Formats: sequence, C-alpha cells, structure tokens
Amino acid sequence: MNLASPSSRVQLTDDGRLRHFLTTEHLPRPLLEEILDTAASFVEVGGRAIKKVPLLRGKTVVNLFFESSTRTRSTFELAAKRLSADVLNLDIAKSATSKGETLLDTLRNLEAMAADMFVVRHQDSGAPFFIANEVTPQVAVINAGDGRHAHPTQAMLDMYTIRHHKGGFEGLKVAIVGDILHSRVARSQVHALNILGAEEVRLIGPRTLLPVDAEALGASVFTDMAHGLRDVDVVIMLRLQKERMDSALLPSEAEFFRLYGLNNDKLRFAKEDAIVMHPGPINRGVEIASEVADGPRSVILQQVTFGIAVRMAVMSMAISGQDSSAQESVAGGAHG
Amino acid sequence: MAKKASKANLLIRKGRVIDPASGRDEVADLLVENGRLTRIGASLDAPGADIVDADGHWVLPGLVDACVHLSLPGSGRAGDIASETRAAAAAGITHLAAQPDCGPVDSTAVVRLIREQAGQAGFARIMPVAAMTQGLAGSQLAEMATLARAGCIAVGNAGARVADALVLKRCLEYAASFDLPVMFRPQDASLSAGGCAHEGPVATRLGLPGIPAVAESVDLSRDLLLVEATGVRAHFQQISSRESLPLLRAAKRRGLPVTADVSIQHLLLDEAALEGFNSHCHVIPPLRSAADREALLEAVADGTIDAICSQHTPIGSSSKAAPFPATRPGMAGVDTLLPLVLSLVADGRLTLLRALDAVTAAPARCLGIQAGQLETGRPASLCVLDAQAPRDLSEQWLSAGNNSPWRRATLTGSVKLTVCQGKVSWLSD
Amino acid sequence: MSWDEQQLQQRLDAMAEQIAVNYAGRNPLLVGIESGGAWVAEALNARLPQALPLGTLNPSFYRDDFDTRGLKPSARPSRLPLDVDGQHILLVDDVLMTGRTIRAAMNELFDFGRPASIGLAVLFDIGHRQLPICADICGETLALPPHQRVELRGPAPLVAEIRETRPDV
Repeated sequence: MNLASPSSRVQLTDDGRLRHFLTTEHLPRPLLEEILDTAASFVEVGGRAIKKVPLLRGKTVVNLFFESSTRTRSTFELAAKRLSADVLNLDIAKSATSKGETLLDTLRNLEAMAADMFVVRHQDSGAPFFIANEVTPQVAVINAGDGRHAHPTQAMLDMYTIRHHKGGFEGLKVAIVGDILHSRVARSQVHALNILGAEEVRLIGPRTLLPVDAEALGASVFTDMAHGLRDVDVVIMLRLQKERMDSALLPSEAEFFRLYGLNNDKLRFAKEDAIVMHPGPINRGVEIASEVADGPRSVILQQVTFGIAVRMAVMSMAISGQDSSAQESVAGGAHG
Repeated sequence: MAKKASKANLLIRKGRVIDPASGRDEVADLLVENGRLTRIGASLDAPGADIVDADGHWVLPGLVDACVHLSLPGSGRAGDIASETRAAAAAGITHLAAQPDCGPVDSTAVVRLIREQAGQAGFARIMPVAAMTQGLAGSQLAEMATLARAGCIAVGNAGARVADALVLKRCLEYAASFDLPVMFRPQDASLSAGGCAHEGPVATRLGLPGIPAVAESVDLSRDLLLVEATGVRAHFQQISSRESLPLLRAAKRRGLPVTADVSIQHLLLDEAALEGFNSHCHVIPPLRSAADREALLEAVADGTIDAICSQHTPIGSSSKAAPFPATRPGMAGVDTLLPLVLSLVADGRLTLLRALDAVTAAPARCLGIQAGQLETGRPASLCVLDAQAPRDLSEQWLSAGNNSPWRRATLTGSVKLTVCQGKVSWLSD
Repeated sequence: MSWDEQQLQQRLDAMAEQIAVNYAGRNPLLVGIESGGAWVAEALNARLPQALPLGTLNPSFYRDDFDTRGLKPSARPSRLPLDVDGQHILLVDDVLMTGRTIRAAMNELFDFGRPASIGLAVLFDIGHRQLPICADICGETLALPPHQRVELRGPAPLVAEIRETRPDV
C-alpha cells in the first residue's frame, strides 16, 4: 500500500480502511476488492421483497451537488435510503454559493446539521479533496464526480460489471473510447483497472480529445478504432458532449460517429465475447449505434443496477471507517 | 548585535563583504556616514558611530526584487504596503519593482499614492512599473512619459497581455521614444484560457485544465520579434518553460537589449508539488516539469536568465480556501526569497556569487536602476546576514499573506540588519 | 477445554435427532448464520434422515454494533433457496451468547417475507444473555466466565475450544 501518496493519506484511516472515497488512484487492491465483494452482498439485498437494510439507520447523508445531475444524485439517494439513512438533497448550484456564500461557509452550516456523510459533485477538479480536508473528522466524503478528475463510484460499478461478466481482471484488455480529455470516469476507470490487474488499458480517440501525456495515467493510446479495439475483452464508450463541436475539438458529430462511433462493424475488431459498456446517458448515433446499445453484447442497463449496490457498499464502508477511526475500539465481544 | 537604529553613522565591522557587481568577497569593515556608504576597508575607525559587529556574518548589497504584486486597497490582496515592505526589509530586500496590476497604475495619482505609502512606511524603496495601456485593457496607450516622470521605472501590462499586435507595436514604439524599458509576461491568452496547471502528466492525472509550455514560447516569439523591430529595451518576467530559453539565448546573441527573470518558486518546485491539490502551489505561470526546472536552473547559471525574483503575491486565506482551480493564483515570496536562493547554493546548483548577483546587481541592471551593489559615495543599501542561522518561518513570517508552501518550514539564513538608502529598515532582536 | 471432531459429532448427532422429532412432517428451511452457523447447519443436514433445504444468512447489515465495530470486510451475501413466506425456519448458529446476532438474523429474515415460524438450534449456549432469546435445540450448555468464549473451527473437520478474550475487547 502506498500510504505516502497524498490521495491515500486523505482517503484511508491509519489502519488502512476507507474513510473517504475520492479517487480510485493509489488505493490498495484488497480495498477495491472489498468494495466489489461488499457490493455483491448488496446486489443480493436488491433482490429481496424488502430492499432495505437498517445498517445506516440514524445516519444523515447529504447529497451536495454543485453541478446538477439528477441521475447520479438519484442513485446515491436510493443507495442511502436502502441503507436506511436519512437523505438531504442540496442543489448548491442554484442556492448558497450563488448568493455569495463561500464553499467553506456552506460546509460549516452543513456540519452544524450533524451530517455523517457528504456526497459531493463539483465542477472543479479536487473539490472533494478540499472538502475532505476541511470537514470535521466525523464526516465521510464520497466523490460523485469532480471536474475532469475522478468519478470513483462510477468506475467501481464498471469494475463490478466487468468482474460479473469476465470473472476477474487477469489477462483482460479494456478499451475506453471517446472524449478522454474531459472524462473523470475514464481517469478513475484506468486507475481501477490497473490496480485490479487488467493486462492492458487502451484509450482511443482523436488527439484533441486525448489528454497530454495520457500514458502517464497507465494506458496505451490509440487514435483509430481498428487498432485500438483489436482483441479487447471490454469496450467502454464515453458520452460525447455537444459543446465539443463549439470549442473546435471536433468538426461534427457525423465525422466522430464515422470514425469512433461503435457499430457492429467496428465491434468485430474486439473479441467475440467482448462486452460493451457506457456510463450513460447514451447518445445514439453519436458515440454508439442503436444496434450495439440494444444488442446482445451491451451490458449498459445492468450497470445501473450494480451502481446502486456499489454505492451502498462504498457508503457503508466509509461511514464504518469514520466511526471506527473516531471511536477507536470501544466494543465488546463478537458473539451474540 | 547592533544598538538602536538612529541617524548616527554606522560602522559594520569584520563581516564577510560580498558584492557580486564588483566581485568583492573579503572580510572588511563598512562605514555609513550621513546615509552614504563612504568606505569599505580593513580596520576602519569611526568615533561616535554605532558599531555593528558582523563577525561571522555576511554583508551583502540590499536585495532588488524585480517583481512584486502590491497590496493596495481594491487589489484584493492581503496586507498593505507597510506590512509587505516590512516583510521585505526583514528579508534583506531594499528595492522592489511593483507590478502595475494593483490599481491599475495608469495615473499619476496612483503612482503618488504608492510612493507616499512606501515613503511613510520607510521599509523599502518601491519602484512602480507603469501600465502600458489605459486600465491595462490593451487598447489605448497609457500616459507612459508622464507616469515615468512621476516615478515609474518601466512600463508593462502585467498579466494582462496586449493581444492586439498593432497596439503592442505602438506601445513599444512609444516607450522606445522615451527609452522606457518594457516588462513582458509572455503567455498567450487563448492557449492558456481556463488553465490552472502545467499541461503535463500531473495535470492529466489530477484532471486540471492545462496551460501548455507553448503558450509562453509562442508569445515570447512574437514579443521578441516586435522588440527587435522597435528597438525597445525589454525585460521578460517569470520565464517558466525550457522552450523559451533558446529564444532568449538567440535574442541575446543577436544583441537585442533583452533581459529576463524567473521566480524563485519555479527554480525549486515543479508540477509534482500540485499532488493533493495543494492550492499554495497554484501560480501563474504554472509550476512546470522537472525538466523545465532543470533547464531554468542552468539558464540562471549561464546568465540566459539574469535575475531571480519573488513574484510576491500575498493573498488572504479565504482566496486559497477553495477547490484548486477556484483559488486565486499566487504565492507570498519576500520572506523566503533570500533563504531559498541560498538553498540553491547549498545544493550546488548556483555559485554563491551568481546566486547573489541574481537577486542584487542583475535585477537592478534589468530594471535600469542604480541599486544592488556596494558602491561608495552612494546612499547605503545593504543587509547583514547570518548565513548559518535557521529561520523558523512558522514563528518568523511577516507578510500578511500566508500563501506559501514554506509557511511552516525552517530555512537557513537570517537577516540581522537591513539598511535601505542610508536608513536602518530592519534590525533583528 | 476443547472438543475434538468425535466429541462434536456426538453432539451434532443428538441435535439432528431432536430436529427430526421436533419438525416431523414440517420440512423446515435450515438457515445457518455465517460463518460458524453455516458449518453447523451443513453438518446437521448431513445427519438428518432426509436432507432439508439449506440457506445461509449474513446479518452484518442488521447488527446493532455497526457504530462501534463497523462493517466486517468481505461479508458474504445471504442466500435463501426458498420463498420465506409461510415457511417454517430453523436458524442455526455455532454459539449463542448475548442473543444480538439472533435478533439481527430474525430482523433480516422478516425482510425476505413472513415465515410461519422460526426456531433456533445452537451447538453451544454459553449464557450472558442480553435479550429474551433461548435455543430450542442445544448441543451443550456451558457456564463460562465473561472473559472466555467458545471458538468453532471448520468447516471440516469441526473442532472447538475455549479461548480467552483479549483484555481490550
């Protein structure tokens, strides 16, 4: 475990348990596996008559969204509610900070409400790190997406989906296609895949959508689909934002689709049993053809189901890490 | 060491006198009479003078800082002229060139205000750089000649680059008419738009919008061609990328009247300092790669880069308490300039004479001012340094801006006495 | 004090006999609590004249000591092969002490549905009850001082011994 790296220092307790979940980078492999294993238990809970467990009863989870995203917020809300936590949704994008209140003021106010967890989405890279460093030690922080930096719960639900279909990560070749430059999802996926032991991670896109020194993330870089998709086990397509055309990063959706859009023809470069993933919401005819999105290799809808279980796992592990680091060991015996 | 500060004459005894301008490096006495440095020599005698025992200490010219950002009301910076010049004096700095972005400095009223406040505080000599265009807006010429007569030593447009090449050419022609040096901070606006970190592996990993090195060299190329065309004296500030260095070397080889500086933080830190989103390391130009840092150090050593400045930018803590991209760029630097420069000497990166030259005579030369050397017959500006004494910055930090990664560090080198233009401006207890 | 494989087998045989009598004609669902209880349930099932449907329960998400002990790593999911509604259920655990695990397990069972009845079989009852819960079928009752616990090792061979608890827990 690399405790020397700043991200690990913030995210882990002294004994190596999860305290905040801000990025997949630098986390030890056993911890990522623990998240996946715990998520498996919660997938089972989701199949019951009553899909709710009393684990976080009496805890308060605050969804702190500085950048609106109904989808992501809803999955965190459902995850928290299935853990019996109380949930407060704050759409900061439209309230406090626009009235001149600083982020710190907002945080102090929320702490006064005795929250146990902040689920943070912010347009600035690093915002959840800042918040985790500033909040009182009893509050766990979960990153629900910051700038271009990280979206670790999305990456972990993707890892769950891959493990579910492929059994593990050894020997896997995974391609991530599209707008890598602006993608926090891609960054978190590359780190998680490398930690979990995937053989090769490839990033595919035109140079305008690839970050400088993309290899530094731990991936190989391709500018064409024929080479990039050859023999891969997993294809992850990223959503292309319409604004990219306005900022001279791409000429048109049509040309992008012709070169990088995933259709059955291009999917033939991948292995026969390759699965196709997408963090959603999908742009049909821009990054993915309907024949693939709705086809037999697509696991896009499963990702959503697993997403709730993975978020339940991360939330319970982080609150558990917070509690244990705050209280040390007060407890009695295990038998009951 | 010294007795109280007074108008009496001052005899500084047995210090190691290091004056990069003359190459002097010897143990000697210095005599300051009526504010002027009158003699440097062995075993001087001056009845009635206050005696400063500098045995074991260094006696240096007062430092010249070619780039500080002043804290005037409305600038949004921490502290005021008194607090920041006092911090400078305590660090051995006697002369500061103030960037024109604190007002902006485009009227004689602002220049007068700066000079009055600095004069009242009496800790250091502030030399304002005048705005080159009105309101730094880059479209209309400022009254450069009038501003120069009011006390500005040069003109420039600070971080607000003059985008219009025709306007810039006319600015340079106008400045050249009055032999005013022009200060440039090369950074192409469109290539750096939205960026907050060096475009490289660290920014890629942290997801921080990047500023490519080429943003600097593209702009520097344009500026150098216009300097050549207009014949103006030019000083390039805060060079950060190695791609800029061949351009500067070539310009100097062609005989252009061009000088350059680098900020001390770019010689000690690189992009790795941003790990963990450390907002104290959010500076513009951004901290670049380790290879850039190496190349900058070599360029200082070989003189391609003339001077080392602090780029002092004191910022209130609330402006740094935010997610990295939302924080205000800048680092408070006067407290650390001299000890950090000395650390480069201790690490064998610069010779002592070159390092001290880069913070005394060289910046004075870049700015075209008489300062940064121990010259008899002139008003005395000097400092006495205990080069071995630790300075615990968590205790001794005088700038009102706490925005520095060294804010809690202990560095080596503690200034015991500073004399600015004949007056004691700092005396440690 | 310890129990070797043979000594435990005697107790399991007796418990299996009791189950066969108590549940004659009712075909209950045997539910072992992870992980020791699941071993015991499996051992009991092997001894029954007719094997019963077998499930496992992991009541980690229902425990009342989450605040102080947190979530145990790699909790295995609960698996119940049948619909719980209207089903007779026999919960099986290795050691019964405070009763809190059984409370958590019963709460979890009710989130699967409404069982017809719930019974409890344990290999050891070591006292120190904190809730009004008792076992219907018990391999052996012990009166242990508070600092001692019984620890079962398995799944094969099953052995047990008395262990001193660490002074800090």
